[in-house]
Amino acid sequence: MSDTITLEVLRYHPETDSEPHFQSYIVPYHEDWVVLDGLNHIKDHLDGTLTYRWSCHMAVCGSCGMMINGEPKLSCHAFLRDYRNGVVRIEPLDHFPIERDLVIVMDSFMEKLSSVKPYLIVEQEKSLSEGEYLQTPALLNVVKQYTQCINCLLCYAACPQCGLNKDFIGPAALALAHRYNLDSRDGGKDQRADVVASDEGIWECTFVGACSDVCPKHVDPAAAIQQTKISASLDWFRNLLPRGGRA
Amino acid sequence: MARSNKPVLWLPFAAGGLVAALIMPVLILITGLLVPLGVLDLPYERMAAVAHNPIGKLILFGILALPAWHAAHRLRMTAHDLGLGSGLGVKATCYGSAVLVIVAAAAALLAV
Amino acid sequence: MSRKPYVRAVRRTWWLRQPRYVVYMIRELTSLFIGLYSAWLVIGLVRLGQGRTAWEAFLAATSSPPAVLFQLVCLAFAAYHSITWFAVTPKAMPLRIKDEPLSGKIIVGGHYAAWAFVSLLVLIAAGV
Repeated sequence: MSDTITLEVLRYHPETDSEPHFQSYIVPYHEDWVVLDGLNHIKDHLDGTLTYRWSCHMAVCGSCGMMINGEPKLSCHAFLRDYRNGVVRIEPLDHFPIERDLVIVMDSFMEKLSSVKPYLIVEQEKSLSEGEYLQTPALLNVVKQYTQCINCLLCYAACPQCGLNKDFIGPAALALAHRYNLDSRDGGKDQRADVVASDEGIWECTFVGACSDVCPKHVDPAAAIQQTKISASLDWFRNLLPRGGRA
Repeated sequence: MARSNKPVLWLPFAAGGLVAALIMPVLILITGLLVPLGVLDLPYERMAAVAHNPIGKLILFGILALPAWHAAHRLRMTAHDLGLGSGLGVKATCYGSAVLVIVAAAAALLAV
Repeated sequence: MSRKPYVRAVRRTWWLRQPRYVVYMIRELTSLFIGLYSAWLVIGLVRLGQGRTAWEAFLAATSSPPAVLFQLVCLAFAAYHSITWFAVTPKAMPLRIKDEPLSGKIIVGGHYAAWAFVSLLVLIAAGV
């Protein structure tokens, strides 16, 4: 077995290129190296112009998402040894504009994320003297998995609806909205509904499930969205009743 | 952005999916295999009796209408996935076909 | 510094690029056969309403080789619809008993039990 491996990286420099093109690099192969180590080797020793995002190198920051052989992955979470037989093709995340090399423009996601009001909206504010908003461990468990999102955008790259409709709010944002809607301390479901339950929100989803497949933190945004569809549908019919069906 | 009215389309879709999942295979088994093989008769008197019975009518309508709607909504979404867009033509074809099937079922059940 | 973000086009054949998407398309395609079979059943219902002769003609039609072939294809897709529908139900409707999430296997198993029960009921009603 060779002690090198070939990385084929999509390059794009807006000041000189009219479109992206692949460039091959031969990097050392190590049993414990991840793709990110290969990219760092390229930048440090072969080609300092390569541009890409990364930070923690341990799958918690969400910075290094890329398409590796057509699959959205964190480059720090993809081992070279799994790509031994052949070339490793590295491209920026699907469904986002390419800023430069492997860096995508993620402004649209930032807007979508803030549009779902991803923070606790309390029904009845308490004064400081009244103490904390309490939550039992059991109630926390209801939302726990949906709190784990690291905003890595692998789900947006995997989701075909994100490719077909750039306005789709998307899996991560909707999963986070669900995280707050489910929180026992929260009363903001109605306020989020204008975005979450809009045509560009949950209703764009066709439950492909690719988002949950690729999520490195097992958030399961697909589940979050389907649960929201049921909840939003029941709310829709409840709102037809006088006083929204509430006492 | 505003709350969508999709629930009107989606809840019957979801109900239809469950009904189809539970009952379609056995129905196809009956009309597609057991009757052709001669294992089952489905005599006219028995079938007509079911269709005459008001509860029978309700059940038959549910079995026919809900899966038809499920198919229509799902095919509409799939048409969009396949690049056929989500315009009036797609919606009219999909939901129109379902409405045809549903109205035909209702008319047949009321006439029996 | 000039920015010139490059937007990659989404191909119409996007779903052919990964096995996961092909499987998704097949899953969605099940609805076509469910729709077609529903239409076939409605035709049967209409024939039932037209009297004994018409009903028996329908029974003969449904027993014809092309109809049997069509229905066998429908059966395969309908079964696949059932399997995939049951598999995702725990995600859409996670149930909790006393703060503990109910195992997905129980929810899925419950649906298979219902499937068997309903099928048995229908077979008995049909005269098996």
